[in-house]
Amino acid sequence: MGEKKKKIVKQIKVDADLCNGCRACEAVCSAFHASPRYSSNNPARSRIRVHFDPLRNLYVPVYAGPYTESECMGRDKYTIDGKEYDECLFCRASCPSRDLFKEPDSGLPLKCDMCEDDPPLEEPMCVQVCLVDALTYEEREEEVEEEEEEKREDLEVGLEALINEYGLEKIMDTVARMAVSKEE
Amino acid sequence: MRYAETGFNLEVDLSRGSIERVETDPGLTELYLGGLGTNAKILWDRVPPEVEPFSPDNLLVFSSGILDGTLATGANRTIISTFSPQTLLMAFSMMGGFWAPELKFAGYDKVIVRGKSPNLVYLWINNDKVEIRDAGHLQGKGSLETAELIREELNEPKAQVLAIGLAGENRVYYASVEHGRSSASRGGIGAVMGSKGLKAIAVRGTKDLNIARPAEFFELCQEVLKYMQYRANNPIKGVPPILAGIGSPQEMAIHDEKWHTTSFSWGHARERRKDFWTSERAEEWKRTQEQSVERLISCYNCPMRCGGIVGHPELPTHRYMMKCYSKLTYVMAAMADDLEFGFKIAGLAQEYGLDGYTTPQVMAFAVELYEDGILTDQDMPGFPSGNEERFFYLLDKIVRREGIGDVLANGVYWAARQIGKGAEAYDHNTTKKHEQMVIKLGMLNPIYYLMYATGEKMSITQIEGQMPQAPLPKEYREEFVKDWIQVPKEEFKEFILKWEPRGEYAFPFWPPIDLMCELVEWQETMHYIDDCTGICAGLSSFPIKPPYHIHNLPKFISSATGMDMDEDALWEIAKRNRTLIRAINARRGLRREDEKPPEDHWKKRFPEYEAKLLDEYYKFKGWNKEGIPTKETLDKLGLDYVGEDLVRRGILADSEAAPSEQSAA
Ligand code: SF4
Ligand code: SF4
Ligand code: SF4
Repeated sequence: MGEKKKKIVKQIKVDADLCNGCRACEAVCSAFHASPRYSSNNPARSRIRVHFDPLRNLYVPVYAGPYTESECMGRDKYTIDGKEYDECLFCRASCPSRDLFKEPDSGLPLKCDMCEDDPPLEEPMCVQVCLVDALTYEEREEEVEEEEEEKREDLEVGLEALINEYGLEKIMDTVARMAVSKEE
Repeated sequence: MRYAETGFNLEVDLSRGSIERVETDPGLTELYLGGLGTNAKILWDRVPPEVEPFSPDNLLVFSSGILDGTLATGANRTIISTFSPQTLLMAFSMMGGFWAPELKFAGYDKVIVRGKSPNLVYLWINNDKVEIRDAGHLQGKGSLETAELIREELNEPKAQVLAIGLAGENRVYYASVEHGRSSASRGGIGAVMGSKGLKAIAVRGTKDLNIARPAEFFELCQEVLKYMQYRANNPIKGVPPILAGIGSPQEMAIHDEKWHTTSFSWGHARERRKDFWTSERAEEWKRTQEQSVERLISCYNCPMRCGGIVGHPELPTHRYMMKCYSKLTYVMAAMADDLEFGFKIAGLAQEYGLDGYTTPQVMAFAVELYEDGILTDQDMPGFPSGNEERFFYLLDKIVRREGIGDVLANGVYWAARQIGKGAEAYDHNTTKKHEQMVIKLGMLNPIYYLMYATGEKMSITQIEGQMPQAPLPKEYREEFVKDWIQVPKEEFKEFILKWEPRGEYAFPFWPPIDLMCELVEWQETMHYIDDCTGICAGLSSFPIKPPYHIHNLPKFISSATGMDMDEDALWEIAKRNRTLIRAINARRGLRREDEKPPEDHWKKRFPEYEAKLLDEYYKFKGWNKEGIPTKETLDKLGLDYVGEDLVRRGILADSEAAPSEQSAA
């Protein structure tokens, strides 16, 4: 058994019943991650996406989770309170089966980073703009086992996605070519 | 790079089936800003006054506002402009929702449609890929149903769709363009869309929208959100609850309809029912509303939740999205006491794509004619006897243009004249051929008189705003003006402090006419600014103490677009746009004699005084006695080309301000 350690767990609580489908969360997330910050916005780049389907009264904000290189073998469908939720609706993965949580131009995966910033924000941006409290934020301390695995850098995750898409060789070639052309 | 706007329009010619992506002139943005302003410029330049609304040569412009799609809360309006089959003047209609922001993410500021397709089509805009697609299978389909089918067949659940229903296809003069929880209803633009054979426009965009000075712009957006929270906790004291908050009237959230049901008129804008709102009614209506409204919903990037998802088992789609006041317009016009009826018929009418203000009035007008024997069973075979059944009957006839419906589909003004036999006398609530608010009052309100008379937006709610509608109770006045940061002039505060229901400081002969003119101009100007920015009137020009106002809007525009902009410059742009639209309508024949509020809007009228008010207001605006902008006014605003055209056509005389003889005739 490893040593116990205190860890802050950051949690965004989603109350889908309160969601009004305004997509302010999408807009602000994309602007926060633009560089320079707020210099552009584009909900398609957001790390939260609101699935809304008024005619069936389905409103589900979903956060972008980890990238996955292969899609699930099967699909799931949920029925809750008599309402049927679409395939994969609750899944947070940036997955090859769909264009959700990918940069629209490069196809690179997007993942919610809880608006990491220095100094840290009081609340993530999407929570700040959700004035109807469909999104709320909580931090709590938890005792956990010693950190098992180093957190992987964004760059690594991105590169892995590219490698999966184009193959390692092609990526290495391209990087080499770009390095050469930079030198010239 | 262009900021806040994309710098591109789509030009679609449905006759030739051609689509072009055209870069816009940034100089026009500086002069007319965007949205309504640049729409008006396009209509002036490209649609000569002889063009009939249903002619292929008429243009139908779907525009975003310059701030649409940015982080500015509530910047989501789609501004649709064309010429109205009903008024024959420029049609104004704006709608909320999600369509215009999506258009900008696809890389366009406007879609300009001309020509006429031989068969029913729809337009599919997917970033750079734009196609005209067959819509034969969508013929006769409801507006929501159409949107659903299109999203399905394109396999694009995120596409935003605007569509017409059967009413638009059949060119009902008050057909709307529908888009989920929003609609552009007034002036019959849905009929123009139908006349072009265009069923819908679907759009999907995944591109960035750029901001010129991001840090500054974001700061402003944060301030607006903060102020909205402040206003949520600080309703205005001394006004009816419906006017105390911000946003569009919160019809989906509140149950208490005492104010609307007892102050507005029932039937064909005739009868007030001061004792309608009993406690049993209140209970029953509350129950109905709670059963029907399943969720409160917003437009793009706005927390206000002015709309609701309404469930109704008898509707083809089982649910629809309702906004605002249509919940009551049918109930009251039909003299139905049942709110459930309102939810059902409004849902049907929305699927057909009809204006929720005009439609119930036309139907109530028909019922009145029937009661008085002007329309008979011959005109309306099988006309039922119940109030509610009659409305369903008429709705069906109108959208199909069947029998009497073919006449009623032209609106009260035209129908009255087609029916004859004294029906003209029943046309008592239109101005400029358009149905007005169903409210009948006692003493002339000179400010509203000027707005009703001279407003080109036809709907008073699109002209008025920001001011309490009646004198505040004394005890609230000081407090009210203390933090009234929205006013452009300190004098306006004096007015609020002094204004009394009776006596020396009461309407109609107080305040001085020049102050009235300024108050009217301020209220109207703020709407003209919103129609360029795309910001919802519910957060800006309409409510009292809104988060957007003349002092912060220039900063929003400047930091978003990078253009220099201050209050004077923005005011000047709004004035230019307002004047240009007046000129467009003058060129189509609008004259002083058309500028009349409904005869019975107030019981106490003062014809001579009213004439003087109009004279003074025209002068104040730089218009001549006929209400046409003078050459000098036009030149000063950089609208020389407009003045020259009006002179060439003999609408303005060359040398002086008065109109030439033949045009006044
Ligand atoms: S900001 Fe809140 S209410 Fe709006 S879409 Fe996101 S989660 Fe829903
Ligand atoms: S927490 Fe931050 S990164 Fe994550 S979805 Fe919200 S705004 Fe985006
Ligand atoms: S205030 Fe209401 S109508 Fe206006 S944008 Fe917000 S939700 Fe839409």
